[in-house]
Amino acid sequence: MSNSTLKSTRPGRNAPPTEIVNIRNRNKSSLAPGEKSLVASPGTWFVWFGVAAFFIFLFGIVISVLVDSFGKPWFDTWLPENFTLGWYQEAWNRFDLSHIIGVTLLVAFAVIVVSVVIGVPASYVLARSRFPGKNLVMLLFLLPILIPPITFGIPLATVMYNFGLGRTVLAVILVNLVPSVPFVIITMTPFIEQINPSIENAARMCGANMWQVFTKVLAPLLVPGILAASILVLVRTVGMFDLTFLVSGPTSDTLVVAIYRAMTSAGGGEARQLISSMGVIYTAMMLVILIIALRFINPTQLVAQVKESRED
Amino acid sequence: MTSATSTASRSKSSASLRHRLAERGVDTKLWLLVPAVVFALLLFVYPFAYGIGLTFQPLAGTQEKWGGGFFANYIAFFKDAFVFDSVWLTMRLALPAALFNVIVSIPIAFKLRGKFRGKRFMQTLLVLPITLGTVLTAQGLLIFAGRQGWLNRFLMETGIISEPLQLVNNYLGVFFSLVISGFPFAYLLISSYLSGIDPSLEAAAKTLGANWKQRFRRVTLPLLAPGLATTFILTFVLAFSVFPSARLVGDASGDTRVLALMAYRAFSEQLDYSMASTIAIMMGVVELIVIGIVFLGRSFLYKGSTGGKG
Repeated sequence: MSNSTLKSTRPGRNAPPTEIVNIRNRNKSSLAPGEKSLVASPGTWFVWFGVAAFFIFLFGIVISVLVDSFGKPWFDTWLPENFTLGWYQEAWNRFDLSHIIGVTLLVAFAVIVVSVVIGVPASYVLARSRFPGKNLVMLLFLLPILIPPITFGIPLATVMYNFGLGRTVLAVILVNLVPSVPFVIITMTPFIEQINPSIENAARMCGANMWQVFTKVLAPLLVPGILAASILVLVRTVGMFDLTFLVSGPTSDTLVVAIYRAMTSAGGGEARQLISSMGVIYTAMMLVILIIALRFINPTQLVAQVKESRED
Repeated sequence: MTSATSTASRSKSSASLRHRLAERGVDTKLWLLVPAVVFALLLFVYPFAYGIGLTFQPLAGTQEKWGGGFFANYIAFFKDAFVFDSVWLTMRLALPAALFNVIVSIPIAFKLRGKFRGKRFMQTLLVLPITLGTVLTAQGLLIFAGRQGWLNRFLMETGIISEPLQLVNNYLGVFFSLVISGFPFAYLLISSYLSGIDPSLEAAAKTLGANWKQRFRRVTLPLLAPGLATTFILTFVLAFSVFPSARLVGDASGDTRVLALMAYRAFSEQLDYSMASTIAIMMGVVELIVIGIVFLGRSFLYKGSTGGKG
């Protein structure tokens, strides 16, 4: 199919084969096939320069926050004069971080459970059957992901405040579910599509009902996909700023929102080192979550099998 | 539902209604979809509709100032330069950032597509910005690229510059933070699209004597283009709703007064929920227009059976 399309477009474009041959001859470095030039091309330089610049910025950001969080006074020098752990202790006590981290994990856990329970059955239907209005339903699940969070977040937050849910943990959970449920549906649908339906048919033939098919046959097959989707939801929820920020209050702030509030609080914000140490705690928490997660699952399981590109 | 029942019973077919519906795909399986749809209706469609309704109930102050009755909020949005300029400011930030991320990712994904030592390690490092989050990226940029940060210090000591560069608290700071959070995302997506393209196509072109420019322009790029469009949309969505970094590393009252910030201010500082909803919904409209244009362009691209499609 693809070859025929390519062939059919070929005569349409005026690219006589002789031109190709000329270009080949113009190539000065006449290397034997498979031999590589010792001097890197400008393209290679550009690529390595870009990658290096990116990593310099990335490590600069991470390491300077890390150093700052341990530094005693750090003003106009390369490194702080002394190192201390005091900032962590102060940040922990001042902002009641144990409570904040507890709330963050509680919210993330609740969001994962609810979005998997609601999302997976829906993605099963979307993967397996065609029905009138399917496109409309797909659109309904796609919109919360495509539309900027602020756009639906502000009306949603207004509704939450009207119902008296403002600044509660429940509101934070509900608001975070809005993009998470569609996210689980969108990521799980292709995963379910690649499971062979004849397995379910065989189970039905043997007399299993819907519930049994789900719990005994599909669930074990879906575990890797569900875990991968849960991890992505976890990362999104812990990192979600916009939506949480709109409805959370002092007792229901997640860690990101707490850091933001500390940075922007009236009177010029808190001491920079306090914020840095909170930032380090946040990153450490994320890293621990990701490392634990990556030991068990591989997020690329969600993506359909792709051919490993060959080395030329 | 009732009309469907009546037409089915009137028809002469011997099959039962249940069977006929099942043939069209309406069967008991659909109950599994109900919780998700109810959820979306309650927490997405209802608030959204409520928000749209709210935009037509402007505060008395807005009505007096801008006139126009029910439409006062929209008139204010388009006529109040302070508000409307932020559309332009948001676009000026989001479009270049998304384009930059996509365009720079292409050659890098291309060069790094083969196997080399440390590739897995590098890709793991690229996931790191996800763990940073926007707020920590902002804090890091303020320290690292600030006036006394390591970057300026290094450039000054090596004699490249004499004055510290102003890299944060302005447009550039937000742009940097968008690149740091958006580039790894764009790179990982594009390299996965790239690996979906059958390498034998390019090998065939190579055997026919095409050099790398021709191979790229005639074979790979057309196959990759739909994937590029998708990547652009996703990075654009990320960049368009930039909010914390616009406030923290940007110039929140000047160059980076983005729409999200304006909507939030109306919501929490002025407590004008109807104006806040208006700005928020117009923000969605602007974004959907851009996405629509890209999708329209994408529909003209080749979408065959060979990978690289979004």
